[in-house]
Amino acid sequence: MAVYEHGYKPYTGALTPEWSRFLIIPRHAYRDVFRSKFFVAFFALCFIYPLVAAILIYLHHNVNALSMLKIGDVRELIPINASFFYTFITSQCSLAFFLTLLIGPPLVSRDLANNALPLYLSRPFTRKEYVVGKMSVIVIMVSLITWVPGLLLFLLQAYLQGAGWFGSNLWMAGSIFLSAFVWIVALAILSLAVSALFKWRVVASGAMLAVFFIPSAFGEIINELFMTRSGHLISLGAIMNSIWLGLFGLFKRQTGSMQGSSNGRRIDIVFLEPPLWSSWLALGLFCAVCVLLIIRKVRAYEVVK
Amino acid sequence: MNPVIELDGLGVAFGKRHILQDLRGTLDGRAIGLLGPNGAGKTTLIHTLLGFHPATAGTARIFGQDINANAKSIRALVGYMPERDSFIAKMTCVHFVRLMAELSGMPSEAALERAHESLFYVGLGEARYRTLDTYSLGMKQLAKLAQAIVHGPKLIILDEPTNGLDPPTRLRMIRLIREIRDSGEARIMLSSHLLRDVEECCDEILVLKDGRIAANCNLEEERRANRKFIELEMRGDNRGFAEAVGRLGCEYAFTNERRLKLVLPEGVEIRDLYRIAAEREVQIRRLNYKRDSLEDIFLKAMEGGAPVAGAGGGGNGNGSL
Repeated sequence: MAVYEHGYKPYTGALTPEWSRFLIIPRHAYRDVFRSKFFVAFFALCFIYPLVAAILIYLHHNVNALSMLKIGDVRELIPINASFFYTFITSQCSLAFFLTLLIGPPLVSRDLANNALPLYLSRPFTRKEYVVGKMSVIVIMVSLITWVPGLLLFLLQAYLQGAGWFGSNLWMAGSIFLSAFVWIVALAILSLAVSALFKWRVVASGAMLAVFFIPSAFGEIINELFMTRSGHLISLGAIMNSIWLGLFGLFKRQTGSMQGSSNGRRIDIVFLEPPLWSSWLALGLFCAVCVLLIIRKVRAYEVVK
Repeated sequence: MNPVIELDGLGVAFGKRHILQDLRGTLDGRAIGLLGPNGAGKTTLIHTLLGFHPATAGTARIFGQDINANAKSIRALVGYMPERDSFIAKMTCVHFVRLMAELSGMPSEAALERAHESLFYVGLGEARYRTLDTYSLGMKQLAKLAQAIVHGPKLIILDEPTNGLDPPTRLRMIRLIREIRDSGEARIMLSSHLLRDVEECCDEILVLKDGRIAANCNLEEERRANRKFIELEMRGDNRGFAEAVGRLGCEYAFTNERRLKLVLPEGVEIRDLYRIAAEREVQIRRLNYKRDSLEDIFLKAMEGGAPVAGAGGGGNGNGSL
């Protein structure tokens, strides 16, 4: 029994398993997140594309429906293949970025601004659990609009097409999951690092946009100035696009060519994307920097040496 | 039974700065007061016990568990009320305290029940549905206390709990701390600049100075020992009187011709002094029980020298006679 009218007494009841305690953070965070009507509207908007994609898959396998709706042959127009799922993942992952922009920045910054970290960390709750708990707020929410509907679409297609298609395209399910998950983890780490770095939500949101768009702009300037595609290595969007293309087996190094002249001679310029491994490496470095920032900033108290 | 806190050569350094050095001792009071001037290392000691800072030398044990090896299980036994404003924004107080209880491992429903009850206990029952950012300073302090006790810890660490409180709220806070102490269900460690708070709540004190232990004594025993310490002002055959009480086993010393300090041994009472004075026709003009206040102990510890340790050692003991 507790303290009210009985004086101070210790708690003697059952305890929750330690491994599950990080989930307390997303449970309480969602109460706050879903209070925003704007967020709810945006979250609902994120399900429009999966719905449209499901209808397309259905139509793909229903000749009667196609003839009733007087639509041309959707099968030729929009084939259900790696490109279809790649397009689905890229568009949903773009929405995921904006969803993260709404829920990510205040996650740690609010705790830092209100000096709440000592309260979390003075309990049987480690820094790792705190970070994983905060990351899971983003991971769970963004998963619901990326790989979860992606895999459901894959299963719908497999159900309608038959076991043969499922068997020969199983790798695509792995690609759907992996391409979304890599992006989700990168987003979660980025938003936590930015959130840990700035105590004000608006500044943290601005910084997250800046991290995404400013290097991309610089990358494009480098590409134009030096007639190369190496500038993509500093653009998070371009890095992710290469990785997604690689995972869906659509990656091509040569993405264009043009003719130019040098010393009066006509030359062919071929634009080569950076190799796939370099995109993975750049993403790894980017995440490593963010993790270092998180390790440095997420502490009960900052120590001045 | 394991003592509350054992300090075993504990040292903490931030870079090249040594904040705590070679802290040794056993703290086993029901309420332990942590005293020291600014920068003495009080908060660093608390943070180190909670595992926020790693020990760079030695170790400490809380209820027998090593802070380096068992930080997480120690934190399950501890409730912490930080000095600074600490809360989670945009949350009602009951939601905040419930979250803290859940993080301590309580199931959601039990956490909610205890959150309500602990808020009633600290006197925030009527305000528990208000968001924390609308609370006054005193209410925030009480909310911090509620979150520190909601999971029923065995050790409650309170860092400056009466900071910024008006007199009635301070009294309420002191009353709550004493109530918890007297319940015997939890030990308390109270860090405060206010000697009065420590004196009212604590039965043991640890005084830190420049990161070292300047004094560690049991206030109750200290007070008991000081009851036997007496100052007399006399007229008459003072020397003869002193020799007579010396034969009873009293240690004594003259501070001037008319003033005598003495320590009564077991079995010797004040009435024996009056009897000897009457026999020798000595007038006892003044008789004072000399009792060290916490302020005396604190100031003496701040004056430097060897650490004051153990009962009786902190008073105007035999050494000064």
